[in-house]
Amino acid sequence: MSYHIVVCGGIVPDPLQTLEPVMGPAGPSLKNETMLPAVLDPWAAHALFEAANLARNFAGSKVWLVSLGPKAKLQQVMMTVAQKAPFELVPIDGPAGAFTDPVGVSGALAAAIESIAGLDRQRLLVFGGWESATRGAGATMQMVGERLGIVDQFQGVDSLAPREDGSFEILERIEGGRHQVSVCAGPPALVGWATGSLPEPRNNPQVGMLNMRTIMPALQKARAANVAGSAPQFLSVTLPRQQRSTKVVKDLSTDEIAREIVAWIKED
Amino acid sequence: MSERPVLDVDIVCVGFGPAMGGFLTTLARSGLSPNVICYERADDIAFGVSGAVTRARGIRASFPDLDPAEIPMAARVAHEKVLYLLDPVGASRRSAGLRLADRATGAFRVASHHAVELPYTPPFLRKDGGFLFSIGQFNQWVGSQLMGSGAVQIWPGTPVLAPLMEGGSVAGVELADMDVRAALTVVGDGPVGAVGRRLDERFGLPPGHHPREWAVGAKMVIDLGEHVDLAPGTVFHTFGYPEPEIFGFFYVHPERVASVGIFVPSWFRCPVRTSYRYLQHYIQHPYLWRYLEGGTLRSWGAKSLAESGRRGEPYLAGDGWARIGEGSGSTNVLTGSGVDEAWTTGMQLAEGVAELMQEGRPFTRQNLEDTYVRRRRASWVEAEGCIAERARDGFNRGVISGLTGMALAGMTKGRFTIGGEPKPVPPVAEYYRGRIPAAEVRRIQQECAAKGTGAHDALMERAGWPPIACDGKLLMSLQDALLVGGKVQAAPGYPDHVRFTDSAACEDCNARTCVEICSGQAITPGTGAVPAFDREKCVYCGACLWNCPAGAICFEAGAGGLHSAEN
Repeated sequence: MSYHIVVCGGIVPDPLQTLEPVMGPAGPSLKNETMLPAVLDPWAAHALFEAANLARNFAGSKVWLVSLGPKAKLQQVMMTVAQKAPFELVPIDGPAGAFTDPVGVSGALAAAIESIAGLDRQRLLVFGGWESATRGAGATMQMVGERLGIVDQFQGVDSLAPREDGSFEILERIEGGRHQVSVCAGPPALVGWATGSLPEPRNNPQVGMLNMRTIMPALQKARAANVAGSAPQFLSVTLPRQQRSTKVVKDLSTDEIAREIVAWIKED
Repeated sequence: MSERPVLDVDIVCVGFGPAMGGFLTTLARSGLSPNVICYERADDIAFGVSGAVTRARGIRASFPDLDPAEIPMAARVAHEKVLYLLDPVGASRRSAGLRLADRATGAFRVASHHAVELPYTPPFLRKDGGFLFSIGQFNQWVGSQLMGSGAVQIWPGTPVLAPLMEGGSVAGVELADMDVRAALTVVGDGPVGAVGRRLDERFGLPPGHHPREWAVGAKMVIDLGEHVDLAPGTVFHTFGYPEPEIFGFFYVHPERVASVGIFVPSWFRCPVRTSYRYLQHYIQHPYLWRYLEGGTLRSWGAKSLAESGRRGEPYLAGDGWARIGEGSGSTNVLTGSGVDEAWTTGMQLAEGVAELMQEGRPFTRQNLEDTYVRRRRASWVEAEGCIAERARDGFNRGVISGLTGMALAGMTKGRFTIGGEPKPVPPVAEYYRGRIPAAEVRRIQQECAAKGTGAHDALMERAGWPPIACDGKLLMSLQDALLVGGKVQAAPGYPDHVRFTDSAACEDCNARTCVEICSGQAITPGTGAVPAFDREKCVYCGACLWNCPAGAICFEAGAGGLHSAEN
């Protein structure tokens, strides 16, 4: 068995930066967004690492990364991401902001996936982040699947284990820190990843060089996408009232941590 | 032994900063198309630390129509002042001469807000026609243009471990998992870069040269309060506080943002020198605090500065390699300028490289001397570097000697200055003699070590410095500052890049300056003789390297570090 794995992964401002929403003349945006370095959305990055791992274990498999973002930012991010795992980039030139409507984004992603030459639907797995560092609605991947007519969808996935008969055993996160175990007959399927279980791979310059042979030409040919068509109107944007309160501790019990978090949430 | 994978390119570059920006920008415009790869240790090309005010002569030569509005946080220099800051706290260590001068300012009523505004800015300090930059943003702007041109690949998150030596030549570089072979290796990895230091170990330094003067530059990027109406491009150069040896700066960027920082030099002979704590006192000086009060910390960072300037210049070229930027001794310690000089050395190397490529000549030491080094020697970088190279020697005698020496050197174009040789940092008890009894110093040190912390906060407070009244916005603990605006990332899968190589030397060390100076509190006393190192807190400032009197710290290239694009 081999797979055609398409990972949907947008770029977001580096979450280690201080992010502050502001209302501008063109609608809401992040303060200093153009200044901030971008990274592959951390949730989507987990999906990419899982895809690469699956492809490595099943010869003949291939990974595509479909990414929506400003072309120049995409190029910069790819210089790091390309070192992580082998993939072919399908770039879409468009906004990467936190306030882009998931309907428009899912339409652009689905169209880009349908345009991939040689993609075999009988081997197709569409991966993405269950959540997003900027959106968090958990809706985009579901809509991508619906647009592609993929009915087997799993969200909040931590594990996908292929079985000998071609089916998968899938662990989805549910309440109480437990997993729901499902069996999927096989591709096509859509998987919105939680964190998975794989560490971030170390940068590998060789992989980067191989990827770059296709990434640079793809970026040069990237098509612009209009995803703002049915965008909602934001009346205001604000941060939660809780103020950041950072502590570095390594010996606090989970009960104590939980108590502190609950108290912090109640501040609102 | 297994064969390592090898990649062949024409030119491999180490480190992406202003010098490499100048090199790659100039080379990309040469009409030649060498296969060039640049590796940067940090996780993004925008993660450099430096708030720069610069005349930008080299940068403007590359971008004659540069509009600062194109680069976030950039502004034209509009207004410069030099300030002598008095000590409003009474805790700094001022010589009798300085105390007399301080009293005179009171008698003649020339001070305002505990500061004396000098009537004019000496010409050698002025940055007329120049720019204010966030170097992170400037690097990002330059890098985006370079990568957009398709002429260069810049790979962040890829530390270069060492040069690939073949006999007396450099044949490329060694990465963690592969070798990159190149006809030319361009080294611009800064003052504490692993590749530059390996070259120094292999080839030594030219006679009479020595990299013995250093400083830690620590800065905050601050959102100023609504009440502040300082114009973008306003620049304050300061000296006198929090200690007389510590210089400071205050730059105003557009949109009411300021970069505020200090330089803690190696000739500040305090064994518990700490840049962050001193920076906290600095920003609270009444002259600055009236602008900073109510502000919010956006970012924080620190880096080592090669303060030897031209006198720390290593060999600039050899067979298959050349060095540019701060690590090549280009920083001017008299004018307090390094970015423009670094950029210009990169331009000069690119012009030399293009000349050699057009003529089909190899990158030998002689050919690089004839092209790159010849250009550098004939340039303003060299001329001004020669004026500056002894300008600060007087600080080894004292602050007044140092300031006088700087003024003399500046006014006489380097013909006269005041000399002085570096002295070792005294033991902690000796430094505090007359202020804290030796037994109490030892007790404080022991108590702090037992808690796993440095002793600088406790010793400074015992010596009269007031505790920091944290407000959670601008005044906060160092760990909070790191998490608020300049967070540290330590990628998994890499070994510690700081190692202690001589446990006996650590055991004999009374001061543990490595612990006190550590900009991220990554080095702590530990449980045994050797300090502990936590790479999840290291900001790669490299200060531990030059603050160890025994040279017992190995500082390698590693991935990760500060994630802030505004520094």
